[in-house]
Amino acid sequence: MESNENVIEIRGMTRVYGMEDAMVYALAGVDLQVKRGEFVAIMGPSGSGKSTLMNILGCLDRPTDGEYHLDGEDVSQLDRNDLAIVRNLKIGFVFQSYNLLPRLSAVKNVMLPLLYNVEERLTEDERYERAVAALEAVGLGERLHHRPNQMSGGQQQRVAIARALINKPAIILADEPTGNLDTKSSVEIMDLLHTLHAGGATIVMVTHEPDIASHAQRVVCVRDGKIISDGRDGAGHCLERGGRDDA
Amino acid sequence: MTLSETLRVAWEGLKLNRVRSFLTTLGVIIGVASVIMMLAVSAGAEAAIADQINALGANLIIVNPVRGVPGAAQTLTYDDAVAIKEAVRNSEGVSAEFQVVQDTSTARAKLTGITVLGVTADFPIVRDYAVGEGRFFTDDENERKLKVVVLGYGIAQDLFGGDSPIGQTVTVGSTKLTVVGVMAEKGVVADVDYDGRLYIPLQLLYQKYSPSRIAADRVRTIYIKAESQEAMTSVINQIKALLVQRHDVDPAKPDFTIQTQQDIITTQQATTEAFRDLLAWVAAISLLVGGIGIMNIMLVSVTERTREIGLRQALGARPRDVLLQFLIEAVTLSLVGGLAGVILGVGGAELFGRLGEMQTQVVPASVPLAFGAAAAVGIFFGYYPATKAAQLDPIVALRHE
Repeated sequence: MESNENVIEIRGMTRVYGMEDAMVYALAGVDLQVKRGEFVAIMGPSGSGKSTLMNILGCLDRPTDGEYHLDGEDVSQLDRNDLAIVRNLKIGFVFQSYNLLPRLSAVKNVMLPLLYNVEERLTEDERYERAVAALEAVGLGERLHHRPNQMSGGQQQRVAIARALINKPAIILADEPTGNLDTKSSVEIMDLLHTLHAGGATIVMVTHEPDIASHAQRVVCVRDGKIISDGRDGAGHCLERGGRDDA
Repeated sequence: MTLSETLRVAWEGLKLNRVRSFLTTLGVIIGVASVIMMLAVSAGAEAAIADQINALGANLIIVNPVRGVPGAAQTLTYDDAVAIKEAVRNSEGVSAEFQVVQDTSTARAKLTGITVLGVTADFPIVRDYAVGEGRFFTDDENERKLKVVVLGYGIAQDLFGGDSPIGQTVTVGSTKLTVVGVMAEKGVVADVDYDGRLYIPLQLLYQKYSPSRIAADRVRTIYIKAESQEAMTSVINQIKALLVQRHDVDPAKPDFTIQTQQDIITTQQATTEAFRDLLAWVAAISLLVGGIGIMNIMLVSVTERTREIGLRQALGARPRDVLLQFLIEAVTLSLVGGLAGVILGVGGAELFGRLGEMQTQVVPASVPLAFGAAAAVGIFFGYYPATKAAQLDPIVALRHE
């Protein structure tokens, strides 16, 4: 499934907070390449810079310095408006707390990103059909009109994954996707991510749980704003070299 | 995001907080209702002025005795009217008036408490009030105190039904009078029921119906019709000079007042304008307060929904998508208030016209105007909260609890 083409290509990235004397380097020179079809986990303790990295990868934030090419496009200096368009078209977010709109049914929640799609202007019916297909793909064809509070955590997270897939993004960015779930639901969600990966999806997942991280092919370990290890042998190397993540 | 989609999201948001939405729009409701009522009062006042002109006749000068001055009551006499008619140039007619109330009957019907107006022969010309059937009495008939009467249109209907009353006899008080004419239908104008009155020679009234011997030649009012608008000032000055001389009074403190129709209209306009200005202030302040209310509630809404905003931004909502969503919500809020205000304003204007002393007339154009004002309030006061929402940092917004 993996190709040689880099979906994510980051070079010399820094992100500095504060000014002058009180400058804090959240990211202090990061290089990272993710190939199309890869499943990558990013680990690191709190304060390591992994959230900052995640925000920049998700085009929610811009690097202070360095390059970020996403799906072949330099997005490191885009303005707020263009970043929103990139997020809409190229990135599918999966959050720890699902972030579904409580007033909307599952299918309406999944339709949301289509509302903001500037490339494909679909009609209401087309949006609906595509959202139904996405929900069926995550096994929720029977729950189209349920509201979030009528569904279990695992089901809500599957709705969120369907929403992340709806615009056929270049990458899926999952931030602690199982953080709020029990073991059984966690397993289901990880199985779903595996299925997506097997189908060709590129997945970048942030987690601090080693057994969740070990689902990924590759584990990138962040500490003090730098990548301290990057390996394909599970989460072990991250724990050995970076110590336990106690976040 | 399409407009209809945004509208639906906005509408559902408002339905979620019905009471809050209602309270928020109260200012706009009152403001819009005031705008509609204000314009209805203005239009009503214009109609009332048109009525006034219709009631009194054009280019009219009205001479009244000064009222409320001890010993000076009822100083205008019939001879004053005759003198004015003889001496004043550029006048088209002079009509002196005095009224009493009498019972009136024929063999067929009896009417009690009818206003009997003693007038002079110029009355129809001076008051722009035409005779419908037969004729009015003449100066000669007046001087000779002939027992003739001209009926108001309604009285003729009541006493004679469909039959022609000309030449018939009616008993007014205890005197039998011969009907020579019937006035044209005029209806109730400025609170006077012209059709429900009788018109008889003033001299006859003095002889048969005067309440006291002493006041036997007093008149309540003398009306003078000037030839033209331009002649008004000249005619007024002539009347003033003549009456000052006849009454032998200080010109600075005359025992009579001279008004023109314009004076009456001006007084009326001043009252209406005061009321209209009050409504304008109420409208302006209500819309301002309503707008601040909308701004306040939208700021609350932005805070409450920070996480939703962050999520929408993460999913690809551009700043202007967020701006538009909250702006449309604010405008929807103000337009719903506007709709309620229009209903309240139209209803209020109708009710006021029926119960109050002022005429009201709802102006159709005021409805879009009021809606426009409401929309403008929504846009103006919704802009700041919407900008605030649009400028939220998605990272901070997503983390908001």
